[in-house]
Amino acid sequence: MKALDIKLWRELWGMRMQALAIAMVIVGGVSIFIMSLSTLDSLYETRETYYRDHHFAQVFASLKRAPLPLVQRIETIPGVDKVETRVVAYVNLGVTGFADPVSAHLVSLPDRSRGLLNQIYLRKGRLVEPGRDHEVILSEEFAQVHKLEAGDTLRATINGRRKTLTVVGHALSPEYIYQIAPGAMFPDYQRYGVMWMARKPLASAYDMDGAFNDVTLTLSKDSNEQDVIDRLDELLKPYGGIGAYVRKDQLSNRFLTEELRQQETIATVFPIIFLGVAAFLLNVVASRLISLEREQIAGLKAFGYSNFAVGLHYLKLVLMIVGLGILGGIAAGIWMGKGMSNIYMEMYSLPFMIYVLKPKVIVAAAVFSMLVAILGTLYAVRQAAKLPPAQAMRPEPPALYHATLVERLGLQRWFSQPTRMILRHIERRPLKSLLTTLGIAMACGVMMIGGFQEGAIDHMVEVQYSMSQREDLIAIYTEPTSLRSLYSLLSLQGVEHVEGFREVSAKLQFEHRFYRTSLQGLQPDGELKRLLDTDLKVVDLPQQGVILTDHLTELLHIKPGDMLTIEVLEGNRPTVQVPLIGTTKEFIGLNAYMQREALNRLLKEGNAISGALLTVDERYQREVYGDLKDMPRIAGVVEHKSAIQAFYDTLAETVLYFTFVTTLLGGSIAFGVVYNNMRIALSERNRELASLRVLGFERREVAYILLGELGILIMVAIPLGLFIGYGLCAYLAFQFNNDLYRIPLVLGMNVYAFAALVVIISSLISALMIWRNLAHLDMVAVLKTKE
Amino acid sequence: MSQDKQATHEPRDEAAVFHVHGVTKVYQMGEVQVHALRGVDLDLYRGEFTVLLGASGSGKSTLLNILGGLDTPTDGHVFYGGRDLTRATEGELTEYRRDHVGFVFQFYNLIPSLTAQENVAVVTEIAKAPMQPAEALQLVGLGERLDHFPAQLSGGEQQRVAIARAIAKNPDVLLCDEPTGALDSKTGIVVLEALQRVNQELDTTTAVITHNAGIAQMADRVIYLADGSISDVRMNLTKLAPRELSW
Ligand SMILES: Nc1ncnc2c1ncn2[C@@H]1O[C@H](COP(=O)(O)OP(=O)(O)OP(=O)(O)O)[C@@H](O)[C@H]1O
Ligand SMILES: [Mg+2]
Repeated sequence: MKALDIKLWRELWGMRMQALAIAMVIVGGVSIFIMSLSTLDSLYETRETYYRDHHFAQVFASLKRAPLPLVQRIETIPGVDKVETRVVAYVNLGVTGFADPVSAHLVSLPDRSRGLLNQIYLRKGRLVEPGRDHEVILSEEFAQVHKLEAGDTLRATINGRRKTLTVVGHALSPEYIYQIAPGAMFPDYQRYGVMWMARKPLASAYDMDGAFNDVTLTLSKDSNEQDVIDRLDELLKPYGGIGAYVRKDQLSNRFLTEELRQQETIATVFPIIFLGVAAFLLNVVASRLISLEREQIAGLKAFGYSNFAVGLHYLKLVLMIVGLGILGGIAAGIWMGKGMSNIYMEMYSLPFMIYVLKPKVIVAAAVFSMLVAILGTLYAVRQAAKLPPAQAMRPEPPALYHATLVERLGLQRWFSQPTRMILRHIERRPLKSLLTTLGIAMACGVMMIGGFQEGAIDHMVEVQYSMSQREDLIAIYTEPTSLRSLYSLLSLQGVEHVEGFREVSAKLQFEHRFYRTSLQGLQPDGELKRLLDTDLKVVDLPQQGVILTDHLTELLHIKPGDMLTIEVLEGNRPTVQVPLIGTTKEFIGLNAYMQREALNRLLKEGNAISGALLTVDERYQREVYGDLKDMPRIAGVVEHKSAIQAFYDTLAETVLYFTFVTTLLGGSIAFGVVYNNMRIALSERNRELASLRVLGFERREVAYILLGELGILIMVAIPLGLFIGYGLCAYLAFQFNNDLYRIPLVLGMNVYAFAALVVIISSLISALMIWRNLAHLDMVAVLKTKE
Repeated sequence: MSQDKQATHEPRDEAAVFHVHGVTKVYQMGEVQVHALRGVDLDLYRGEFTVLLGASGSGKSTLLNILGGLDTPTDGHVFYGGRDLTRATEGELTEYRRDHVGFVFQFYNLIPSLTAQENVAVVTEIAKAPMQPAEALQLVGLGERLDHFPAQLSGGEQQRVAIARAIAKNPDVLLCDEPTGALDSKTGIVVLEALQRVNQELDTTTAVITHNAGIAQMADRVIYLADGSISDVRMNLTKLAPRELSW
């Protein structure tokens, strides 16, 4: 090996702790980058494969009832490839040993088939046998939480008739990767499931013999999506079609897409922070090393080593540290990526996960970190290379100190001599002090992200389900029903309060922008469903006009006073112009609200309601569930509180994992920055401190001079970091916003306290390590040798 | 003295390896200017052994550094062979140092993380026709200390490693800044013999700075520097061998 390379290895070994601390920060950046991007690629690849192999449809439409021959006309729409019609129903279930309301989507399957489109993935058991009209296949998660195996039975209320169903298998479907009940926000496998059943019995139960109420299509390559949608809507209109939509708008697919988008944000934000800090650390360490070795550098140049050779020598050192970080980062990234992909596989109903690690992701991570590192050290290395050898051979002139700001202000008498030394030292290198502060602040900020998620979700749930939707149960009718039906609900023992609501699907349009959602008619003085403004004050429903979710007005670019066009997609499909009166703050979904009676008038109907909100005395909850299940008019009962609880249970794990990861990473940044700075300060001021010891200062006092500087920087860095953390969270919250949900920026005191605490603890650990070094401060050796 | 000074003003002498003409060096130290060299004229010849004497701060190191291509003069010219070093590019200077010059620094400049042998290897690895590092260390009496790190060597031993490093490349020019400053007479003589051997066997042009006037007796020529100028030049008619020097 070349003598210079030997020097490299020995020096690397000599500074191994520092190198390791820097490598850790790079590991953080590279691993998150690889984890997020490989998870992203894996999810894309898995989704693509799943969708392709299982013929996931591209266009979806629901309707009331259409005769089968209509299929021929759908098939002739230009651009349509395959068409499959189905019968789909929403039913109430009874599961033995589980008293809460359970609902399910019941989807028809052709005989001896997994379906033409949206083919199911049979995980267990077998397909339903033709002619056996009580057999069902259950969605896997639902079957698992209820421990329902082949041969087990459950009770269903199908179109008002009770029926006992027998489980024959477990399956997954590309259509229900994200499985949530209509109107729900979170998956709740205990209370909502999907079931597949033979078409014939399902059709006859719903009077759909020779008919269908759901159609899905795939398109040929050169088709025009919008054109197909328009023509399909035209065809289905007379049969109660509520508007076709494309795959992009399909609920399960949309949730998955949002998740992928979040991964993408994480894949950019985090690595930038980590690599930025790493670049700074490398710069600091390389600068120090080079200034320590300026005489050696001069020697090398005197012997005829070129600037390039000298520069390369130090660059190699830096690249070796970076290389170590990259290797560690790749390993950790793959490990975390696989773990993450598996979490996704379980969180979403995916039958398999193809872990994809594209070489270009690894290359990008490596090249990017190398570049950042080179950029970070280039200045120091250039400085080393360009010094004329004769000059470099002379020791560096003693550092020039100035009176500090404190002294210029005449405040020095308030500070002891050691404190003044600290202040001068900070002021002498303002840029370095600033970057150090920033580095620590970044660590602090990164750690707030873990806690932010939790707080945001708490707030969302609190606002949505305690302040806005205050009912215990929602009962959904099979058909719009007279307002009078509320009396029969109120008469049930344990029901305390009842409010009816009317709900229709509608297309809202302003200028050329439109959005499909549900238009809800609420009781104006309602106690249970209340609209809130940004300050969480109750918004009164106007007699005329509509109120929209604030985010929806932004999407439509509409402001109060403008006329909104509402096209109702049910019944006799009226289209009306209604003034926008105000907005309401909602974190989940996008909705339009008006007074129930106004909606009844718009629909030219009497006092009809689509369902009811109920509050129930806790002691009678079980009985009320039972009574509701027995009412043929009621299609389903939704209970949010237990769904939220179930969601929290699953979330708790993810949040814990995420908090753990961010804490580890934030801690490693804090440690990397603080430890390296302390080590360098120690090496720079070795002589000075040893002299102080010779002069009779105690280790404690010397430590104060050395560590006090960082102490001050940390004290500045923490508030700055909390501010940066707030900004990061705000950025993420903004990036994560979509029409399904908006993440509020809510940061509790505990989040701030935790971040600050981790910074303080990692600083204390590095201080402790330096304290031990201080014990070995060799007074004799230091004073004997020349600087 | 005046004779020799005249000689430097004559048209360029073909036998001169170095031709130094009107070299000044001014260091800007904030407000003040330090005149390290004030118009030095000097020729050094092939195979000549020159000793530079002068008070501390008289500009000896500065002159040697300029000869070695480590520094550039503020004014004047330095010719090595036919090449004007003051006009050479950075790359040309590097090549000049690598291929022609052996340097011994006043402050040794050893690399602490490398052993004696490896310190020498740093130079031999890029030289054209070097000795083996062990051989060079043998010449300065350190054959037994090949694998010691600088920190494990005394000041004098470190200085000898620095000398081994300079002679190991068999240079055309050997420039030594106080090579015996930290040595006792016995080891000093070993080192001077090694320098003389390289000087004689390879016809190496050698310039040695020293505070030890005794060493001047082994030189072909002694140049006295005072306050940045050459104050005197003496030819040595009878050269002494290193072991005959009065230390
Ligand atoms: N890089 C520099 N910056 C400023 N002044 C310098 C520099 N190098 C040398 N000098 C000054 O130039 C003058 C000559 O320095 P030089 O090192 O050549 O002296 P010297 O004769 O080698 O002295 P010594 O015997 O002490 O080594 C001195 O006054 C010195 O302070
Ligand atoms: Mg000198």
